[in-house]
Amino acid sequence: MAVATRTLLSLRDVHVHLGQSHVLQGVTFDVPEGGVTALLGRNGVGKTTTLRAILGLVGRRGSVTLDGEALGSLPTHRIVQRRVGYVPEDRDVFTGLTVAENLRLAERDEEPRYDLVYELFPDLEQRSAQRAGTLSGGQQQMLAIARALLNDNRLLLVDEPTKGLAPALVAEVAHVLERLSELTTVLLVEQNLGVVRRIAHDAVVLDQGRVVHRSDAKELLEQPELVRRLLSVGA
Amino acid sequence: MSTWLLLTITGLGLGAMYFLIASGLSLIYGLMGVLNFAHGAFITVGAYSTWWTEAHLFSGVHSTVLRFLLAALMGLVVGGVFAALVELILIRPLYNRHIEQVLVTVGLSIAFVALVQGIWGTDAKAFVVPPWLHDTTTVAGAHIPNDRWVEIATAAVVLGLLQLFLRRTRYGLIIRAGVENRAMVQALGIDVRKAFTLVFAVGGIAAAVAGVLSGVYFNVVGPDDGTSLLIFAFIVVVIGGLGSIGGSAVAAVVVGLTQQYTNYYASSGVGDMVVVLLLGLVLLARPRGLAGAVIGARA
Repeated sequence: MAVATRTLLSLRDVHVHLGQSHVLQGVTFDVPEGGVTALLGRNGVGKTTTLRAILGLVGRRGSVTLDGEALGSLPTHRIVQRRVGYVPEDRDVFTGLTVAENLRLAERDEEPRYDLVYELFPDLEQRSAQRAGTLSGGQQQMLAIARALLNDNRLLLVDEPTKGLAPALVAEVAHVLERLSELTTVLLVEQNLGVVRRIAHDAVVLDQGRVVHRSDAKELLEQPELVRRLLSVGA
Repeated sequence: MSTWLLLTITGLGLGAMYFLIASGLSLIYGLMGVLNFAHGAFITVGAYSTWWTEAHLFSGVHSTVLRFLLAALMGLVVGGVFAALVELILIRPLYNRHIEQVLVTVGLSIAFVALVQGIWGTDAKAFVVPPWLHDTTTVAGAHIPNDRWVEIATAAVVLGLLQLFLRRTRYGLIIRAGVENRAMVQALGIDVRKAFTLVFAVGGIAAAVAGVLSGVYFNVVGPDDGTSLLIFAFIVVVIGGLGSIGGSAVAAVVVGLTQQYTNYYASSGVGDMVVVLLLGLVLLARPRGLAGAVIGARA
């Protein structure tokens, strides 16, 4: 018997213009509550812009609702305060601040989940006094994820968390994302289909600013020809 | 030796004023990307508020020192409030519209000088300060005016307080992070606009301190004081690195000393030219300034 899932995030006919380019051209999809929804597509099709549009970091037209509430023209900080976490594509840790300061800045809840953060990333506790700019790429990625983990978010927007990481670190990040998906709903932009196969439940594929495919993630990845056509890569 | 020492202390005193102005300018640009040409008005507000309240509000206070301190305190409060209002009323509606911001702040700086001239006239006003400030202290044969020590000490205290604020408070943390990447601060759920107002207020207070000290240094306050000091403060900000308080402090000392030494050992007025030359050299060798960070996304 199919279990009805509640929609947590809903995008309807979302358009974004960046300069002269019409980057998102009516993006429409739902993110069910719980688990990982993968947002896939070739480079430059608007995946990162979609996440930034949800957060209000770029101007958008169309409707974005979170748990039934229209986000409208709410400023970014108000959207985030509705318990939305964000792990950006290029990590965007504050390089001049220490690890501890980066985490302190991200605290929103009364009781930030430092236990969980340090359980998953013990390295960060040992390096708390170290400047984030002196961390390796992998450690910076851990810090970026840790900032989002610190608060009890109901939705996490995670943008290419394995980009540029060594294979061993990719597995570690995938493990953390798997753990995250047990705690919250994740909308994941990811190019590494191995990671998608391991953790994603649903898949949404963008092409030229539009949604061109929606299905179960594993179902999609089991069709190599479709994957090649939609993503220009082998599954 | 005594001449060199006098020039050095005087140069440091001048650098102290530049630093007080530059620190606010640097933080405002670093965090908000706003080139605040109205910062000179904050200097004038501090100086004129001190001058006016000393003569009118605190005229009943017999102690010259206490009267001056109370008036100066009032100058700082008015400077801070004025700067916060400028941010709230004029700058906030123009976020991310940099050309309009420049036009508004340039317009305000011109209009404000005209307003001050309209109310109090174009003549400079005598600035009443405790007589001790006009005395000299002899150090290694050099007769150093006491106000130079006060200027240097005040700038050092302000530098210390700013560093404490930036390193030990939540808002300091937000400002340091915002200088790097404002969009990411917002993406952590922080209303960065409150930090903008606070930075303007802090910058306004520091500029008002500079206004008071310039009154002490020159013995008078005039409608154009803010504008003339602002030019060198901008040079200090660029040399020091946008967004860096420490960089501004070092650059202010370098600029103050360079001006003094050159004006004395070369010819009067050459100092200003050499400072501009120094700016060019720093920009060629190190475009980000001495301690400037890469300014991040400003969405």
